[in-house]
Amino acid sequence: MNESVHLSSQFDEDLSRLRTHVLQMGGLVETQVSAAIDAYATGEIASVKSIVETDRRVNELEKAIDDDCAHIIAKRQPTASDLRLVLGISKIVTDLERAGDEAKKIAKGVRRIYEGGHMPSQYGVGIRHLAEAALSMIRQALDAFARLDTELAKSVIRADTDVDTEFKSIIRQLITHMMEDPRTITTSIDIITIARAIERIGDHAKNVSEQVIYVVDGRDIRHMGKEAAQ
Amino acid sequence: MQIQETPALKAEARNLNFFYGENKALKNINMPIYDKKVTALIGPSGCGKSTYLRSFNRMHDLYPGNRYEGEIRFFPDNTNLLSADVDPIEVRMRIGMVFQKPNPFPKSIFENVAYGLRVRGENNRRVLDDKVEHALKGAAIWDEVKDRLSELASNLSGGQQQRLCIARALATDPELLLFDEPTSALDPIATGAIEELVHELKKRVTILIVTHNMQQAARVSDYTAYMFLGEMIEFGKTDEIFIKPQDKRTEDYITGRMG
Ligand SMILES: Nc1ncnc2c1ncn2[C@@H]1O[C@H](COP(=O)(O)OP(=O)(O)OP(=O)(O)O)[C@@H](O)[C@H]1O
Ligand SMILES: [Mg+2]
Repeated sequence: MNESVHLSSQFDEDLSRLRTHVLQMGGLVETQVSAAIDAYATGEIASVKSIVETDRRVNELEKAIDDDCAHIIAKRQPTASDLRLVLGISKIVTDLERAGDEAKKIAKGVRRIYEGGHMPSQYGVGIRHLAEAALSMIRQALDAFARLDTELAKSVIRADTDVDTEFKSIIRQLITHMMEDPRTITTSIDIITIARAIERIGDHAKNVSEQVIYVVDGRDIRHMGKEAAQ
Repeated sequence: MQIQETPALKAEARNLNFFYGENKALKNINMPIYDKKVTALIGPSGCGKSTYLRSFNRMHDLYPGNRYEGEIRFFPDNTNLLSADVDPIEVRMRIGMVFQKPNPFPKSIFENVAYGLRVRGENNRRVLDDKVEHALKGAAIWDEVKDRLSELASNLSGGQQQRLCIARALATDPELLLFDEPTSALDPIATGAIEELVHELKKRVTILIVTHNMQQAARVSDYTAYMFLGEMIEFGKTDEIFIKPQDKRTEDYITGRMG
């Protein structure tokens, strides 16, 4: 990435503020995901409310960042690394916002399960592990963005394959479970919803990482399979 | 978007050096100019863009002490434009030039456009009428001047004068058009008209354009060359130069950074 300063210091400030906002938004999403996982493990339904509230701030930041991107494009007509940064950021915030939405889905699923008086731990073994993996992907994707570290970004992309595999195996277990004991169907469906949301969080972390690679190298590796991240 | 195959060459600088007396203004330039494409030359003031452009139509020959080394090959005939036995006047028929400031001659609109043809010895009135009209249409100014061809060219607006100069350059059916900052003295509307014209013209003529406006280079050109201190630093497809340049010096220049 280009470390030299612009002739216009105002432009430098605009870009650095934009990056700060993305990191702030990322921090909030990370908190949402981590709180949702804790709620699942502990049954602390109270935190569900705070996850929903955080979502409002995430949405506001998304809009503010998009607006800043539009202004920078209109005023500065960025090129090369500046252009890639602005384009990358406008995609990254979409993924972050959606990851936040998935955290909200997890939280609501958790509330349904506990309010129904069930303990999730006896079902869907491995959810917690899956969730830790997705959370770590989001964290690393944000670190990769903050440091513009393509190696870290690539390792996030590779990790997504493991999350996908784990997700499928959980679904298989739950389906078996439902067939064996139809009374578990309602809760199992909630757990499937949660597992799917976690898997999507991993996808969003992967998308963020792909954008980091685009921002740094100018390579668009979306839809190219995992070989691209070697 | 990808430009699939490499287009044919219209010209190519090979190990080109240029000296204003002792001062070496171009340093070992190697660069293709592709046929019926627009190539933009960008770079900071004094880097040698105009010097390079003027080498093509042998403008430097007008001053003693100027010296070329190397070649500029011109295709399809593979002539070396810089060769001593090539006639500069003949070269200028095949290679037209448009300058930063519109510079119409103190003559009528008609005579401005007819000038190059007359130099060539064309005096048949019908032929001249026909070619002048064709050139004015090609420069997208015919409708504005067709009823006032005998008026002085200096009565036209700046943007119209610039299009008139383009018509003058087009009249001799050149194969290559050189533009040296053709819109820097024009307002955005007149600039837009010239850019639109460049887009039309490249269907039949190859264009090499110097511009200080990065967005203009990005808009009008297929290829971009970045020059710095008399050297060609980077040449590539415009789309690639403006999204992912290879050289840090190019990157710093187009993103407005201090090197
Ligand atoms: N007639 C001349 N005699 C001696 N040196 C010259 C002459 N014309 C230009 N130069 C020098 O050659 C170098 C290149 O000049 P040139 O005009 O080609 O630059 P340029 O890239 O076109 O700059 P600009 O963007 O300001 O038009 C400069 O150092 C300039 O001072
Ligand atoms: Mg110049």
